[in-house]
Amino acid sequence: MRITLDEETCIGAGQCVLAAPDVFDQRDEDGIAVLLDETPGEDQRAAVEDAAIRCPALAIQIEG
Amino acid sequence: MTDTSSIPGVFPTARPDGCPFDPATEYVDFRATDKLDKVSCPSGIDAYLLSGYDEVRTLLNDSRLSSRGAVSNHVIMDRDVTTDAAPGSIIHLDGQDHTRLRRLLTPEFTVKRMRALREYVADQIESHIDAMLAKGGPVDLVQEFALPIPSLVICELLGVPYEDREQFQSHSSILVSTDASPEQTMASSEAVQNYIAGMVMAKMQQPGEDLLSRLIQRGNEGEQPLSVPELITLGLSLLIAGHETTANMIGLSTLALLRNPEQLAVLREDASLAESAVEEMLRYLSIVQWGLLRYATEDIEYGEETIKAGDWLVAALASGNRDETVFPDAASIDVRRNPTAHLAFGFGAHQCIGQQLARVELQEVFSRLYRRIPTLRLAVPFEEIKFKDNALAYGVRTLPVTWEV
Repeated sequence: MRITLDEETCIGAGQCVLAAPDVFDQRDEDGIAVLLDETPGEDQRAAVEDAAIRCPALAIQIEG
Repeated sequence: MTDTSSIPGVFPTARPDGCPFDPATEYVDFRATDKLDKVSCPSGIDAYLLSGYDEVRTLLNDSRLSSRGAVSNHVIMDRDVTTDAAPGSIIHLDGQDHTRLRRLLTPEFTVKRMRALREYVADQIESHIDAMLAKGGPVDLVQEFALPIPSLVICELLGVPYEDREQFQSHSSILVSTDASPEQTMASSEAVQNYIAGMVMAKMQQPGEDLLSRLIQRGNEGEQPLSVPELITLGLSLLIAGHETTANMIGLSTLALLRNPEQLAVLREDASLAESAVEEMLRYLSIVQWGLLRYATEDIEYGEETIKAGDWLVAALASGNRDETVFPDAASIDVRRNPTAHLAFGFGAHQCIGQQLARVELQEVFSRLYRRIPTLRLAVPFEEIKFKDNALAYGVRTLPVTWEV
């Protein structure tokens, strides 16, 4: 599983941090989401899929 | 042949008799059809009604829709829905103008920053519960608990000094009250505006460790610093948005849970369900009861329909959150459901910026209030409870409660 995050689209709602805190964080300086792990293990799949669905800007893509 | 799609229905506003937690029954029929329905709205406009979960999500995330009629101008009688957004009016602005303000505010509302407020929130909740218990029932939970908690938290966030909080709180409480006279509302509105204006000027001179000071600073570091009118509007917007909505959720959730005692018992016995229960009550109650008004800035193909530039649309959040195809048994409360992708905070670029704060406040209330007062019950018959039927954010006007001593 490879994750891409569109920082331009991100609105900093923080949904991904709630859904998958091991994979996403928010930068202190602007609140925009950052990827902690671009290729997390399968144990993170459900959490990452939840993050992608919840993201109000649809900024998260999952491949594989 | 008659084209029935051009004959508008009416925007549904009345809740079903005896079901104050349910949106209008007409939404069931609107959701049952695939096509977009057009309805006439109290403001005088016709609008496409987005009633299904997918319709709401897809279109609220479409950048060709403008928020110029936000939030719910379609329900205000004879309202001119096309007026220009005031400077700093973040909920009405689109595109780059909106992004500029949003990006300046976003770092103030991160998950991390809101969690840092959790201890302050919990302390306020505990001390207000102590005060209610000391006073003895019956008390109005709205006045004694639901309103002061979010008000104090917003004060903490904005950096209102302790000595001013009581006065600030009493003015904001009148401001969001549906029972205050127009004169009272006007006077309080002026007082709060003046207070925020004074704070903005003071923080410009002497910045502190608070949201407004950081906002001013961050604006100054950018290409276009925030103007004084922008700062005042932003401060007021945060105050109102963060105050009344959370207060309504506390009061209305408590009433809905008291009416569903088996669900309340599940939550009371397992504090780890607070997070899930908060998402479920947000979904179930969808207090932004008239939904969000949007305006098409260009033609949009949606299914077999062409939404024309200049058309209005209403995203019915409450209806989308009761969509059975997404939330089975949607009309029931299930505190274990954890419906994280609900629409109660909206969707798209304007999704509630304070949602992580609301979550922290509601989670702390849910995990404390019903455990500290396990025998909490209504002090009047349910039928006597008055609801905010005409307010943009739905709630109870008062909630008389009592408990066993």
